[in-house]
Amino acid sequence: MGRTAIHLTVNGRRHEVSLSANTTLLTALRDLGYTDVKNGCEIGECGACAVFLNGEAVNSCMVLAHQADGAEIVTNAGLGTMKDPHPIQEAFADAGAIQCGFCTPGMVISTKALLDRNPNPTEGEIRTALSGNLCRCTGYGQIVAGVRLAAQRLQQSASSPASASSQSEEGQEPASEKRVLASGEQEKAGGDSK
Amino acid sequence: MLPEFNLTRPSTLTEALEILAAEPQAQPIAGGTNLIVDMRSGKLAPATLVDIGGLQELCCIREKDVHLLIDAGVTIAELLDDPMIARDAPILQVMARSFANTLIRNRATVGGNLVNAAPCSDTAPALLVLDAEVELMSTSGVRKLPLDEFLVGAFETRRQPSELLTSVRVPIPPGGARMAFEKMGLRKISCMAKVDVAVRVDVDDAGIVRNARIAVGAASAAALRVPKAEEALVGAVPAEQGLKGEQRLGEGIEEAVRLVGETVEPRPGSEYKRQAVRGITRRLLSSLLRRDLRANDAKGNHGKGSSPGGLGGEGV
Repeated sequence: MGRTAIHLTVNGRRHEVSLSANTTLLTALRDLGYTDVKNGCEIGECGACAVFLNGEAVNSCMVLAHQADGAEIVTNAGLGTMKDPHPIQEAFADAGAIQCGFCTPGMVISTKALLDRNPNPTEGEIRTALSGNLCRCTGYGQIVAGVRLAAQRLQQSASSPASASSQSEEGQEPASEKRVLASGEQEKAGGDSK
Repeated sequence: MLPEFNLTRPSTLTEALEILAAEPQAQPIAGGTNLIVDMRSGKLAPATLVDIGGLQELCCIREKDVHLLIDAGVTIAELLDDPMIARDAPILQVMARSFANTLIRNRATVGGNLVNAAPCSDTAPALLVLDAEVELMSTSGVRKLPLDEFLVGAFETRRQPSELLTSVRVPIPPGGARMAFEKMGLRKISCMAKVDVAVRVDVDDAGIVRNARIAVGAASAAALRVPKAEEALVGAVPAEQGLKGEQRLGEGIEEAVRLVGETVEPRPGSEYKRQAVRGITRRLLSSLLRRDLRANDAKGNHGKGSSPGGLGGEGV
């Protein structure tokens, strides 16, 4: 079967790639170097491959790459970097919401999807929002704590914009505009281990 | 790795129907949440996929005359956000909250869930109690079928290969309609239904049940309504009207519960489903018809779209 060209904009960077019809968005992203998108179950059970596709959090293993032709995709690494992490990524690290790290990129995506709509979720709402993301190490307690911490910090920074994402113990500088990563220079974010 | 296939990506509904007319074995794909899994496992190996996921003609919810029209490409997540669904068919939101998980709900579509026709489809029982009809379109025209005629069996519907399910029509329920849905699965959320029960009673201005609907999912090859159980409820008087009809009400509920239990397909290991269907039906009917007597259960569990104590009904 032939390959045809599609365009994907990933974390702000535009790519043109020739792909066969049976390539999933997950495979396409990883082959482009976005290895923060994890290949877990490939049947939509685990959420490790979650990305934002035109603003909606989805499992990239269940989207054909051609169905995403022309789409805007944001992965975990597009939210923040090691030097300049997103408040959610920082909160996950501070709360110990990461053990092996494999589920973390997907957890961060689902957390952002939740907090964008519901800045102050209850524990039940957090658990529901993360129901499509499986973690096999932490037992979820720390992850829920991480989401709560992120929600707290985001709300604080929303009420005092000057201190945006500067709440970590390291006392980092306030976050500047998030730098967009090119696929060749990806930094590992959020306990990325593979 | 997925098996190889040709992918066509029509830009209009007309174009999609022409492709299906020319190649009826072509398989439509929208959210892909069932299809990709089945292709990966080798259960399905279509030579051609027709991507209808992005078609503008298939992605609206609107009101027309006395109907809600839900296009086939509307996602389960979109049901949760829509004010018309919230007002007129809130049972679809209770169903949607129990449907798979948040990531899947952003891709899975109403039409896809119905066409896939898994016995454990969550959309089917909820839409059955709303008297939904499906609209099927091909290059030779449009036809409408009541949902209970459309659903034939496990993974089997009346859709012809050249047809697309384009929309679902739901008559807007009367003001006195009360609805409830409960799903029982192996987990609280992100699971397939072991049993779904959907219930609706239309109470008139005089406080009498004029019309009832009960549908059961995941307990037979296809979700089905239980007309005899529905009839057993007509004429019942909800408890808040006073206790004079209490005996009649209790008899109606128990008769409905008994009849609903009989619909469970007898299969090895499925006896628990019969008990579960009875228990859930009794609980849902009681919550809709004995509201004032069960005030302690009242926290958001009553009226349109309620889900008393449902596993996976109201989330975690």
